[in-house]
Formats: sequence, C-alpha cells, structure tokens
Amino acid sequence: MNFIEARKLVHEYIRRDEEGNVESILTALNQVDLDVKQGEFVAVLGHNGSGKSTLAKHLNVLLSASGGTLWVDGKDTENADNLWAIRQNAGMVFQNPDNQIIASVVEEDVAFGPENIGVPTPEIWKRVERSLKSVGMIKYREHSPNRLSGGQKQRVAIAGVMAMEPKCIVLDEPTAMLDPNGRREVLDAVEQLNKEKGITVILITHYMEEVVRADRVYVMDNGKVVMQGNPRSIFSQVDTLKSYRLDVPQITMLAYELKKEGFNIPEGILTRQELVEALCQLY
Amino acid sequence: MLRDITIGQYYPADSVIHRLDPRTKLMAAMLYILSLFVFQGWAGFAAVTLALVLMIALSKVPFGYMVRGLKAIAVILIITILFNLFLTPGETIVEFWKLRITWEGLKNAGFMAVRLTYLILGSSILTLTTTPNQLTDGMEKALKPFNKLHVPVHEISMMMSIALRFIPILIEETDKIMKAQLARGADFESGNLIKKAKSMVPLLVPLFISAFRRANDLAMAMEARCYHGGDGRTKMKPLRYKKADIAAYLLSAGYFAGVIALKVLL
Repeated sequence: MNFIEARKLVHEYIRRDEEGNVESILTALNQVDLDVKQGEFVAVLGHNGSGKSTLAKHLNVLLSASGGTLWVDGKDTENADNLWAIRQNAGMVFQNPDNQIIASVVEEDVAFGPENIGVPTPEIWKRVERSLKSVGMIKYREHSPNRLSGGQKQRVAIAGVMAMEPKCIVLDEPTAMLDPNGRREVLDAVEQLNKEKGITVILITHYMEEVVRADRVYVMDNGKVVMQGNPRSIFSQVDTLKSYRLDVPQITMLAYELKKEGFNIPEGILTRQELVEALCQLY
Repeated sequence: MLRDITIGQYYPADSVIHRLDPRTKLMAAMLYILSLFVFQGWAGFAAVTLALVLMIALSKVPFGYMVRGLKAIAVILIITILFNLFLTPGETIVEFWKLRITWEGLKNAGFMAVRLTYLILGSSILTLTTTPNQLTDGMEKALKPFNKLHVPVHEISMMMSIALRFIPILIEETDKIMKAQLARGADFESGNLIKKAKSMVPLLVPLFISAFRRANDLAMAMEARCYHGGDGRTKMKPLRYKKADIAAYLLSAGYFAGVIALKVLL
C-alpha cells in the first residue's frame, strides 16, 4: 500500500445562513485521487483557490472529508483513534513562520511536538539537537525566534516537525512569505531531508521553480487534479499549464519559445544548464 | 527597534539566585513580603535589611538596576509618607497652620517608606533573576494542586507563555498598521482626548482582526503538532529541586521564624 492513498476525496465548505439553511456549497476538493509512495518528493501545484491547501489539511486530519477515503501510513483518517498517530507521522509546516512558533526560545519550540507526544526528557534533548542539526539551525538553539529571518524561522518550524520523527512532511506554501534567499534555504533543507533521511515530502506551492526538484507533480484546478507526472512531462505542456493560470519557469518558457521558432530543442527543459547543453548541441 | 523590547526585566547573570528553581524563588519572595508587614522595632528592621542586602549581593544584579524599579512607585511613596507624617495623632514636635508633625507620625512614615521600598526591591530580585518563561513554568507546577479544584492551571500558564511570545510580534504589527494608516492621512496626534480615542479605531480594528487570524493559525499549528492539553505531556526542561533549593527553603523559613520571634520576644 502507498504511504498516502486518497480515493475520490471530496471536501465541501458549506455556508449556512442564520437559521442553518444551506446558502451555498463550495466544493474545494472534487473526487481527488492521490498516491504517494514512502520516500517520494511530490509537489502539488495550483493557483489560489484550487483546493491545494484544503488537500494539505486533510493529510494531517486538520479537516475531515465530506466524501471518499484517505489513508495515511496505512491508517484510515475517518477513524478518530488514528488521529494522533497520523498527525505524528505526517507533520505539517504552514505558510506564516510567525504563527507556528509557540515558544520564545528556538530549542523549546522544537521540543513542543515531542513534549506533546510524551517523549521522555533525555530523548527530547537528543531529538532537538538532531533535528536542529538536520536543518542547519543548531547555532541558534538559544536564540529568540523574533530575531531570526523568515527563512530561518521556517527552518525552525521544519525542525519542530522533524523532532516528532515523522515519516512524511507536508509543507503548505512554506515559502510564500519569504524572500528569494529564504526560499532557497528552506527548499535546500527540505530536499536534503528527502534525499538523506528518506522523508516523504509533499510540497504545496504555486511557485513553478520549486516544483523542478520534485519526483512527481500534481496540478490542481477548481478542486480537481488535472495533470500529473514528472516535472519534465508537466512542463512540456506549456499551453495546458497556461490554461490553468500557471506560469512555467522562465528557462522552460525560453526553450518553449525557441522550439516554436523552429530550433531543434528537446521538450521540457527545466534548468539553465540543460538549456545551455541543448543549445550547444545545435552548432 | 521595537523588536528589542524585552518583557519583564530579566537581568542575565550567573548567580546562585539565578540558578534556583522558580518555585523556590516564588515561595521565598512571598515569605519575605510577609515578613515586611510582620517586623517591628529596630531589631526586626535590622533583620529585614540584612536579608535584603544579602539577597542583592548574591543575585549579582547591579544595585542601580534595581533602584530604577522604585521610580514607578515614587508618587505613592511620597503620598504615603505625607499622610503618615501629618495625620498620626501623638506627641507634637512641630506645629504650623493646621498641620502637625508628631513623633509617632515621623516614626510611622519612616517605617512605611522602608516597607514599600524593601517590598519593591525584594520582589524585583525575583523578576530580575527569573525569565518570564521560568516564572510561568514555576507557577504551573506550584499551582498544580488547584487542578483538582478544576482550575485549568496548565491552560492558563500556556496562555501566559504564548502571550509573552506574541507581545513583540503584535507591537511590531501595531507599528506597521499605524504607518500604513498615517500614509493614508490618518491623524493620531491632534485633537482632545475624545478625538484621539476615536482616531484609534482605524488602528485597533485591523489589529484585532489580525490577532484573531494569528490565533486561528497558531491553534491549527499547535494541533498539527499533536497538542492536546496538559495530559500526558512531558517537558524538555522539567523543574527539579536541587540541593541549593532545599537550603534556600530552610534559610527563608528560618528567616521568617526569626522575624516573628523578634516581634514576639522584644
């Protein structure tokens, strides 16, 4: 069985008036199928309101589905007994770094998760040290989070999740509020966790550049999964992506335009290096 | 810089008092404050002074730093002294117009001033040597017996420590909103008190909305990290009494008994 398996997952936001009559129904997730294997790096792409954040909140059982089934780590999310086991195994990082740091000292914040699941004190110290090292923030363990940059805060948040020793991290637009430097810091840390520790990563984003690093990409629009595949096959369909109001990375765009002008370049170029090599092959 | 604001007035140093358990310090501070209202006569005064001088010396906090705390109560101090000085009946020393200074009044005023000053100095030793987080931790553990009476002790101390974490963030946010509103022509300065209060509305409304949004986000982040109340929670830095704490308990109990003995015997 896959680590995450969603079948025909539906989520409806129901708005009611004062008497409790249904005023309108917004279908945020519409028959979503999702399969993620242990150790995979999966990106979920979509513009605002495509339902990608709603999907992320289901994976951590912060929301429960209106229909369909979702299994995380072999456990049914519908069963309330599984709640804490799933939350521990599928950690979640949110968009705003300030609103997810609880303690006034970095190391105490990282310890918050393990404290909640009742890890003994000496083990908490080991976990805090290990997870702060894994995101390169061990130097700042005694600092106040208020004095860190956005990228650093977000890495502390990732360390906080790592300290619960999850099998999977769900990142819900972790870089949306960061500058380019902070964005790179966070993504490097995430990629390293995926490659070195085999942590399953689910990255929810609307930045196309971040998707390039993923093994597989899901594209969502209006609550539906409309495309899936590896980044190369997704980015070779420039026109389809545009119809979902998504932009492809600049390099891919350039390669696409060149190809349209008649240059013999392979489809789905993702990095500058690849384009350079493709162009050098021409002459 | 607004983000440099420190809450409380913790003075970082490595002293015996800094290293004590916050519960010990809370208890000792309470005994000390009680002793200030119990002591009588010169012998009691000497004992209390000795205790205070000893604590200040042990805490390694500069004396000038502590005296700053007295500024806040200067007005109260002066009023107390004046009332005691003029309104105590007894043997008259000086008399002019309708005012009369008595020997008893002088004595009362003196002791009252000493009591208040010592009170502030003594309790500032507690806040200067203990971080706000240690204080909330200490309170959580010291008040744990009240849990049986359905007082949500863990929840209250969790709220206090989260509040401490968010005060600087909200101050920064206030500053940002204020600048945004000023840029759009808001006027926070001119007018009388009522007009000024009214002009705070465009500042407070966005601030409250954003605070609620933050609270919502934070609650979700806490749930995602398996927070489910105080049951079954372990601590990274649990409070444990050390030898120094036992000594401090014995010392403060001995001191308190001594002050009472001096009052009874003399």
